[in-house]
Amino acid sequence: MTDSPGRKLSYVQAFTEAVRLEMADDPTVICAGEDIGFFGGVFQSYAGLQTEFGVDRVVDTPISEQAIVGLGLGAAVNGMRPIVDIMFMDFMAVALDQIINQAAKIKYMFGGAATVPLTITTGGGAGMSAAAQHSQSLEALLCHIPGLKVVYPSNPLDMKGLMASCIRDDNPTVMVKHKRLLGMKAEVPEERYYTPLGEARVIRPGNDVTVVAWGKMTNDALAAADTLARDGIECEVIDPRTLQPFDIGTVVESVRRTNRAVVVHEAVRFGGLGGEIASQIQENAFDYLDAPVARLGAPFSPVPFSPDLEAAYIPSQERIVEEVRSVMARPLLGG
Amino acid sequence: MTRPLSDDDLRAMMTHMIGARVSSQRAFNLQRQGRAGTNAPIDGSEAIVVGAARALDPTADWVLPQYREPVALQRFGPEVLESYVRYILGDPDGGHIPEPVRVWPPQISLATQVPHAVGMAWGMKRTGETGCALVFLGDGSTSEGDFYEAANFAGVLRAPVIFVVVNNGWAISTPVASQTAAKNFAAKSHAFGFPGTTVDGTDILAVYEVVSEARERAVSGAGPTLIEAVTYRLAPHTTADDPTRYMPDDELVAARGRDPLTRFQKELSGRGLWSDDDTTRAEADADAVMEAAIQAAEADRANPIELFDHVHAIRTTRLERQRREWIDHYGEDPR
Repeated sequence: MTDSPGRKLSYVQAFTEAVRLEMADDPTVICAGEDIGFFGGVFQSYAGLQTEFGVDRVVDTPISEQAIVGLGLGAAVNGMRPIVDIMFMDFMAVALDQIINQAAKIKYMFGGAATVPLTITTGGGAGMSAAAQHSQSLEALLCHIPGLKVVYPSNPLDMKGLMASCIRDDNPTVMVKHKRLLGMKAEVPEERYYTPLGEARVIRPGNDVTVVAWGKMTNDALAAADTLARDGIECEVIDPRTLQPFDIGTVVESVRRTNRAVVVHEAVRFGGLGGEIASQIQENAFDYLDAPVARLGAPFSPVPFSPDLEAAYIPSQERIVEEVRSVMARPLLGG
Repeated sequence: MTRPLSDDDLRAMMTHMIGARVSSQRAFNLQRQGRAGTNAPIDGSEAIVVGAARALDPTADWVLPQYREPVALQRFGPEVLESYVRYILGDPDGGHIPEPVRVWPPQISLATQVPHAVGMAWGMKRTGETGCALVFLGDGSTSEGDFYEAANFAGVLRAPVIFVVVNNGWAISTPVASQTAAKNFAAKSHAFGFPGTTVDGTDILAVYEVVSEARERAVSGAGPTLIEAVTYRLAPHTTADDPTRYMPDDELVAARGRDPLTRFQKELSGRGLWSDDDTTRAEADADAVMEAAIQAAEADRANPIELFDHVHAIRTTRLERQRREWIDHYGEDPR
């Protein structure tokens, strides 16, 4: 009998387990970051790892983001497989020279001689009333840089498999954890497994409209899909899981069936990944579209501190429902 | 050249220290009640901020706080606290401290205010103003590149700036020993070519003395000073922290025995300048001031439409259009 209820882990526990299993298997996997050692990280992402693997493999660093990423890069080039943590995604801005000009380009600049199996982990997203400098979704900025891989799981099962793949990947990868998903629980297998980077997942099948969303927005899109299903609108919800490289094939295949698409992200709409995805959809499925591809994102403003303003700012389930309805309601040209 | 403190000065300093702690504790409780966002208690740093403020000239000098200090800057005007309360309640206008108050709003990103302070001081020197800029930062912030680069600039430019490193022993969970191998933070000034000194940050009179001397140096054109003020963090890092997980109990108990408020109360009582009744009155007065600030802030909650007000100096076409869409969606004033 294999249908006994599976073990459940939270999103953040799934992250920790992926790190723990890789560390146990491979002594070159080391971790460094602010507050990750003794304290286990401000989000408890690294809880228990210093106790298990020692202070030499799980290192509390000074508050020096640029040096944290550079340290990881140097160690990676020298044969280690480091994981470095940037507490909040916003703080990546402090380390962008090391991320954009160094980690992403070292292999290229060394003519292929250097390999950077570095994983940068960080907490992204809004909804904690953490204000403008602790709440941003900056994934588009990272995806714009050739050389980086960017991963953004929406649930515990994917988290474990994707984090394991990030650690094993020979490129610099950025693993974004959405702060509002840390406590989300789901069944997660105890054994090691690897979810391939660059493969989207159809998380809910449907024939009427394709909804592409990642991170916390995947979950909001699923809830919106439930609401819409009661009115007979069947959404196909796709979670790209990896944003760079982006699996456009799965999205295009879906849109060719549904003929309509909505891209949802928490990041600011202007210049967000939604524009890139919408553009690729129309390049690959123009003749199949019955409506323009819709994009839902945050307004062109910093993330507000006020809970009221923040709630209005972040794309909500209700706004996803509205956006899908408006795409569905659009009359066929000439129809 | 230190200005002697009058009895009124001394009593005002005591009043401000008590006011700072009362305001800070109320702010903490407001967060717990869901009425305010994340905030950082001042407990343990009152003597440093109040003592430094007393040594400055509020009509000539600028203060650039990190995030704990605003509650203790009463000397610069009641507007500092009023704005701070609006700020932690989420009102975007809370960052707007009205003229002529020479205090910057709280800075949440670590050490980023340090180059700003050097820039302000340099600007004052350029325009011939006889004042200085004083910047507060924490022990952890000294690990950021912003601190080193700015301090180096200050030395080169002989900027009239005072760096006050509040060494409270902890950067969230990271103790000073994991932050630097230097024997103290004052020693770092040698590399920048200007003097540094360590002072007991629980002794408000000692703080007043060293900041007065530093100000004299600054306004006389002798350049910057680095002051390390040593104390102990008597409260959580912020409302989002749980120090019982990492802070040794015996250290905290010992530090409570060196509480800067108790120390100064004893000093003033010994001089016949302060009584227990004065403490009771100061606490009640501070509570009333805080209550009035909270009520004023809660009576004027942020309107979602304000989201677009300060993104640019003048709203762009896109912002204007988004604002109109929001008004269509939420109404002119959905509060």
